[in-house]
Amino acid sequence: MEKVFSHPKSLRNVSTHYCAGCGHGIAHRLIAEIVDELGIRERVIGVAPVGCAVIAYDYWDFDCSEAAHGRALAVATGIKRVRPQNIVFTYQGDGDLAAIGTNETIHAANRGENVTVIFINNAVYGMTGGQMAPTTLLGQKTTTTPLGREIKLHGYPLKISEMLALLPAVKYIERVSLHSPPEIIKAKEAIKLAFQNQIDNIGFSLVEILSPCPTYWDMPPKKALDWIKEVMMKEFPIGRIK
Amino acid sequence: MAKIIIDREKCKGCLLCVSFCPKGLISVDKDLNRRGVKPVKFSPRPVLRSPQGEGGSFSKGGCLGCAMCAIICPDCCIEVYK
Repeated sequence: MEKVFSHPKSLRNVSTHYCAGCGHGIAHRLIAEIVDELGIRERVIGVAPVGCAVIAYDYWDFDCSEAAHGRALAVATGIKRVRPQNIVFTYQGDGDLAAIGTNETIHAANRGENVTVIFINNAVYGMTGGQMAPTTLLGQKTTTTPLGREIKLHGYPLKISEMLALLPAVKYIERVSLHSPPEIIKAKEAIKLAFQNQIDNIGFSLVEILSPCPTYWDMPPKKALDWIKEVMMKEFPIGRIK
Repeated sequence: MAKIIIDREKCKGCLLCVSFCPKGLISVDKDLNRRGVKPVKFSPRPVLRSPQGEGGSFSKGGCLGCAMCAIICPDCCIEVYK
């Protein structure tokens, strides 16, 4: 009997601090599998964000750096310019990349830094207690929008991937989802292409991942996956953006 | 026949694997793990009659080794052997 699926080598065999049914665990595993498959474990440097994934460096078994809130792309720019032989990626949530770090994100993309960005969009601030994020959907209830997000009061959900796609220096943007095994396999292909682009010196690549947050969406894990498919994907359609 | 091995101490009981197993071979264990949740367990024969929350029934037979459970598992608790 042959082992056909097991723990990737680049992922430490430890229990994560994530809630049951959280998409971060799946995204971490996909990145670790890709690092193993591309054989870049000795060259890769990850930049962990501030957010739920703040101690991602305890879970990946390769070199990582931490960045101040929102500044992961500024740190990644520095690392990539000093050490161009390394493969540098950032792993950021929506509060990190699309709120506090909008400035760093837009300028790093506009400079066309040759880095890979993994953008986890779960439409809510997870670590700080489920507050409204820029990507929170209209009508979605969070701890700071108890009656649901309203256009007049809070504006529209920010589509940062579509905004970045307008910049000429951005080479690859795709939005993927983690709501079912086939979509997870597609997500892995997209992340792999984003890493391959960096290895081939093509330029700035970003993969936005729609990820479930059962705790702050106040749903059981399976219902959270269905919610991505039925509600979230209407606002954030998956597919290649650029 | 294929089989899976579940790391019951790492399992957080999100039950996503239960929802996605096409054969209904994964169910909830009676005993708690160290974490204090009831983890999932694998049975070579079907234990669930119909998919959770959906109509229809499972196709007959044992584990296919399709790894749907392992792909959806957020905590990397499942190893698949074929």
